[in-house]
Amino acid sequence: MGAAITWLVMVFSDVTVMFSDLKVLTPDVPLWLPRVMLDLYVICLFYYYKFKIERDESLNFTDLLWRVFATGLVATVFSLSLRMLDFLLGSTKLASNVFYIDVEYLVNLGLLLSFLVAAGTCWKRLILYQKSKWLLRGWLVFEVALLIVLLSDNIQVFLQEWIVITMSILTGLLALILSANMKWVAYLNFKQKWTSLLLLLLSFFYLGYFFYTVTKFSDDISGQIKTLTGSVNADDTTVFLDFGSHAFNIYLFSFVMLYSIFSFLVILFNLPTSSVFEQKLEEVVNFQRISQSVQTEQSEESVYRILLESSVSSVFADAAWLEMKDDNQQQSALQTYQITESDARKIQGHLNGRNVKGILDQSSDKTKNLSDHLASLKGTRFRSLMAFPVSVKGEKIGTLALLKELPEGFNKEMMQIVSAFANQAGISIENFRLLKEAIQNERYKEELKIAKTVQKSLLPDKLEKADDFDISAFSESADEVGGDYYDTLRINDHQVSLIIADVSGKGTTAAFHMSQMKGIFHSLSQLAPDPKDFMIRANQALRYCLERGSFISATYFVVDSSKKIIYYSRAGHCPVLIYRAAEQKAEYLVDKGTALGMIKGKDYCNFVETNSIPYSTDDVMVLFTDGITEAKSPKGEEFGLQLLKKTIVESIAETPREMQEKLIKKLYEYTGTEEIDDDYTTMIVKFK
Amino acid sequence: MVHIKRLQEDGADILAVVGEIDASSSIELDLAIAKSVGEGSTKILVDCGALEYISSAGLGVFMSYIEEFRDKNIQMVLFGMKDKVINTFQILGLADLLHIRASKQEAKKLINELSV
Repeated sequence: MGAAITWLVMVFSDVTVMFSDLKVLTPDVPLWLPRVMLDLYVICLFYYYKFKIERDESLNFTDLLWRVFATGLVATVFSLSLRMLDFLLGSTKLASNVFYIDVEYLVNLGLLLSFLVAAGTCWKRLILYQKSKWLLRGWLVFEVALLIVLLSDNIQVFLQEWIVITMSILTGLLALILSANMKWVAYLNFKQKWTSLLLLLLSFFYLGYFFYTVTKFSDDISGQIKTLTGSVNADDTTVFLDFGSHAFNIYLFSFVMLYSIFSFLVILFNLPTSSVFEQKLEEVVNFQRISQSVQTEQSEESVYRILLESSVSSVFADAAWLEMKDDNQQQSALQTYQITESDARKIQGHLNGRNVKGILDQSSDKTKNLSDHLASLKGTRFRSLMAFPVSVKGEKIGTLALLKELPEGFNKEMMQIVSAFANQAGISIENFRLLKEAIQNERYKEELKIAKTVQKSLLPDKLEKADDFDISAFSESADEVGGDYYDTLRINDHQVSLIIADVSGKGTTAAFHMSQMKGIFHSLSQLAPDPKDFMIRANQALRYCLERGSFISATYFVVDSSKKIIYYSRAGHCPVLIYRAAEQKAEYLVDKGTALGMIKGKDYCNFVETNSIPYSTDDVMVLFTDGITEAKSPKGEEFGLQLLKKTIVESIAETPREMQEKLIKKLYEYTGTEEIDDDYTTMIVKFK
Repeated sequence: MVHIKRLQEDGADILAVVGEIDASSSIELDLAIAKSVGEGSTKILVDCGALEYISSAGLGVFMSYIEEFRDKNIQMVLFGMKDKVINTFQILGLADLLHIRASKQEAKKLINELSV
């Protein structure tokens, strides 16, 4: 908008000046006005294009060139239509009127300048495509130089000639240096390069046309003025805007021209190599596809497919196959491209037949050029063959074979890029497998959690109630599932059986044996009220269930409330702690007993016995597993039987539940950690 | 962690067990005994003087050989156990099933008697 106004002002003022000049009158407007207006016009254009072109991020290179071309087109069409008007007017008076010519000239000048500034702004973007600090500074200096030129035209200070010449040379050199920044050309693809060439060529045409038009007009005008005024030395008096006399115009014109020529030549000479650049770009994209396939693709097959496609397109192979070793089967699977599986197998067979090591016998881990061996195979159109290994964690999982119909079809660069693809595919597949493994592990963990819940349910949530005693039990396992077991069962109205057991080892196997123990306890305690009998039968039941080296230690009790006697049999389990209220003394019961599963034969009956102890009110019986006595302090000392006894005696007056809580608290304090490394189980019975 | 040294003396294999035997290291004990048996030894002495701790899995190893040794007429005597270790054997009732002696001399004497 500003540009349009200044241009109009310039036109009017210039016409006025010229008019008055011709009539030898003092003009109403100051003489300097047209030039200032021209400067303003240029500056307005500069800012207009700065915002329109420079700030528009969406423009790519060809779009920029298109802008230049389009501006030129509009300007040229406008200018040509004026010419058409001239032509229509013929040699009427108006057509040869100097003022009319001047207006027409000024229109053309305005169009040319607008085209030049638009082109200049576009060139700036292209030059500064890959900015460096020095490049930015260079450009700034260049712009400032142009501004100085623009202003100095106006001020009309006549500097010394050598200064002007030096400045021009320096600006010219700077323009040359700046014009050498052609990096953007490399990013054009083949088609874009052709488009750019065409656009540049047309821009040349516009430049040439305008140059010619503007020069012709200014010549015409000065010629007419000369004849009109009769003055020989017209330049002294004429103030009209001669294009040639305005240095800024020349500078800008030269710069735009220079960069256009440079670009044209560089693009032209870059045409033959553009396919290489495009290919490199495609390789990068393919690389990304392979490496991202883990996240986006669903299976290893898609990684193989991408590897095959990328490799083929990168080296222009005529055919290819990918052989992957299957985990389960001996027969490996083939993925083929432009070759039938039978043909591929034929080539494989041929190479194997010739005892060529290293392609499809899956033993070599080196890239191999096997073209020589192909020559001897009849009936194949292929003359070059290259094999690449695909490895995961150093183990070869497959072979990629690329085929070409040309002899010597693969060069070193091609081999490198395909090797890189194969490696990347290997990494992708490895990641893929790791991910699968992680998911699998997660599932196992989930199943262990279920096992833990199931196992917890094997322990009774409610212990048998009896008028004769209070009971409390606790169990905590180190692993997800443990091997400790306790339970109670009422045999009849005066007998209740109790059991505590510890399966050797920890973890899932121990938990399985524990569930067997539960079955045995629930079935046998009804049938065999005598504890020794119970143990013998349990041993018989277990001897074929327990694997070599496994055993179960257990203590089985029958509390007879009518006789106030506890019958028990200990099979290798930790001794029972009994507190006698009458004597105010606690002791461990010492007796004989071998763990279940240790002796497979019938003579187990010689290794267990039934013991009986009487009980009375306030007596306490503590059952526990070795996890408790073997719990270690940070120093490595065991909790031990003595400390257990002491802890129990300290809280002997309390209820079994309180005693148990104190014991557990003490135990955790002792070990100093929440992490336990064995199963803790205790059952405390207090008689009434 | 456990370390097992094997040496031969007067026609008997002596396995010196040093360290602790838990669930994971019990495999080493098993291998050592199996190797001795595999090489045809009929007299095996186990030196438990430097055995600090034995878990139920370790005891399971000794236990698992009892029947095999009886069938093949191989004698095994353990000796030099610390009180704490021998206590573990006793609680489980293994002390009645295995031959355990306090000193090497006693152990040797016993194994020679048993082999006759």
